Amino acid sequence: MAEEKRPQRKKIEATGQMLKIMSDYFYDLNDAAKSTDRKVAWCTSVGPAELLRAMGFAVHFPENHAAMLGATRMATDLIPEANIIGYSPDICSYLTADIGAYLKGVSPLAKAYPGIDAPPRPDVLVYNTNQCRDVQDWFSWYAKELDVPCIGITSPKNFTDVSDILIDDVTQQIEALIPTLEEVSGQKLEMQRLRETVALSRECTELWRQVLETASVSPAPLTFFDGTIHMGPAVVLRGTQQAVDYYQQLLGELKQRTVDKVGAVDSEKHRIYWEGMPVWGRLRQHSELFAELQASVLVSTYCSSWIFPDFDANDPIRSMAKAYLGLFIVRSDAYKEGYIKEMLEKFHIDGIIYHDAKTCPCNSNSRYGMPQRLEQETGIPSLVISGDLNDLRCVSDEQTRTNVEAFIEQLEERK
Amino acid sequence: MAQSIYVGLDMGASRTKVAVIDRHGVLLGHSAKKSGINFAATAAICLDASLELAGAERSDIVNAVATGYGRNNVAFVTETSKTEIGCHAKGCYHHFSEAITIIDIGGQDNKVIKLNTKGQRDSFKMNRKCAAGTGAFLEEMSSRLDIPLDEMNNLASQATEMIKLGSYCTVFSATEVLENIRHGKPVTDIIKGIFYSMIQRVLEMDSLTEKVVLSGGVVAHNPYLVEMAAELIGRPILIPEFPQLTGAHGAALYALDATTN
Repeated sequence: MAEEKRPQRKKIEATGQMLKIMSDYFYDLNDAAKSTDRKVAWCTSVGPAELLRAMGFAVHFPENHAAMLGATRMATDLIPEANIIGYSPDICSYLTADIGAYLKGVSPLAKAYPGIDAPPRPDVLVYNTNQCRDVQDWFSWYAKELDVPCIGITSPKNFTDVSDILIDDVTQQIEALIPTLEEVSGQKLEMQRLRETVALSRECTELWRQVLETASVSPAPLTFFDGTIHMGPAVVLRGTQQAVDYYQQLLGELKQRTVDKVGAVDSEKHRIYWEGMPVWGRLRQHSELFAELQASVLVSTYCSSWIFPDFDANDPIRSMAKAYLGLFIVRSDAYKEGYIKEMLEKFHIDGIIYHDAKTCPCNSNSRYGMPQRLEQETGIPSLVISGDLNDLRCVSDEQTRTNVEAFIEQLEERK
Repeated sequence: MAQSIYVGLDMGASRTKVAVIDRHGVLLGHSAKKSGINFAATAAICLDASLELAGAERSDIVNAVATGYGRNNVAFVTETSKTEIGCHAKGCYHHFSEAITIIDIGGQDNKVIKLNTKGQRDSFKMNRKCAAGTGAFLEEMSSRLDIPLDEMNNLASQATEMIKLGSYCTVFSATEVLENIRHGKPVTDIIKGIFYSMIQRVLEMDSLTEKVVLSGGVVAHNPYLVEMAAELIGRPILIPEFPQLTGAHGAALYALDATTN
């Protein structure tokens, strides 16, 4: 029998630096939680992190922790712990995995970072429901469990244009958070510090945009699967100099790859757009599956969601409101379809894969006719695969493989 | 006398099918057997039976292609594989060379494949992670009713009424079936309801084009299901000569193409 084909995974050199800054970040969080003079805030991934950083909080992102639970394949065993206390297996598997991990007293941080036992204990929990209602339920559970304040932004949803009325609303909601945060942190908000933080966030997300856009050339120098790993600093270190420095380094390396025509996938033949969440516990398998088929999954809504062109240091709070409202997930299908169409063109896409994640309806855009509408308008074929971000009981590897292989065969027929 | 033959092996989750064709694509031999737990051994038995029917030897095989869930377990014959979606499309288009919607009802999954006039795939859909409308659903019901699978078709066709099942969940449907048995409903009417539920679930998967082809083992063994499908869509349904073999036949045609292109 012939030796099994193993696609070569091209290592991104900057990965070492990313791992270092992520490690520094987690140790700093751990130190902050143990200190008497620093405060810890938990924040949703597109919550008001800029405000929290500017007020001196060490900021923990439970979604990042939940994704780690998924990537380390710990989540599936932990979800039932949350189910037992009444959180259904049908709701967000980030929430159920994270609460399950807390109840069981385990964390992937403990294995990755010796000396850290668990996520840092919060002094305040701050959410933004621009992603979904589940983040509020998630944080509310911890608020009761740990007896800490839980505040947040209740975002408008499903709008096409980010109008002034909506921006006014969210601006006021952000401003309303400040007194509680000042009380918890024991310090007044310094507007100059907020401006600096917003400026760094803007710079970070602009560099992240440039990183992702290197994939618009053929062969693409990075894939969606690389992106899900390298977006770490854009999520947890937005508003810091470390994130900016890191993306400058990564961008330099990827630009060189484009000059040298080094593709992330050998002999790239098919260019794929990924719509929806990754299956965290199957990142490697999916990356290899597509690489075997000479298909490069090179752009996604998910990774691109951490690009916030609206941040403006001259008008920090209002621009934060605008940025958080600009998020793809909170917009109408009309906006989303226009956005995806632009991306299909910019990245020269041959096919779209929609991940219908069982427990994440807000990130599953295949349920209201979008694939059919986009296919009709663009002629670009699509495939919907069933799965989940964290709950591997909802994933069929064989069904996924057959579907993906058949889809690539279909693209092949049309070449 | 030595001849040039091409082989397609469809290692399905439920049954293994082998088709042997000549260089014109004509079916010379075929075989089908439960896949069991040793895919390679089952494939070997089916291959030898098909070759015997074709009057050929293993040494006559010019090329072979495998498909189905166990497609990577038959390296002793071939390491070339195609997906079952591609093979069913190829096999059905061979019989009906026009724009068609293929509905394949397999043991574990269903497929709806749309082909254009050139036989190229416009789209395809597989069932979600659910047994509704698959052979597995029928097997479960046959087991619950303690009626052999091969008697289900005959009984369904004798029904005078139909007991409709409301759920698409196999477990819930089984409960409904038991409920009807408890209420003394005729078993023929219950089985007709089971057939109706199956075909309804499959037809709900996607829109259909004018010409509809049904294939797969469930179709091969249950012609009454085809009658019901035709009634539901309001037009005749096309059926290949051997509905269970379309995947294997398609794989054999791919094997033939690879040597001629």
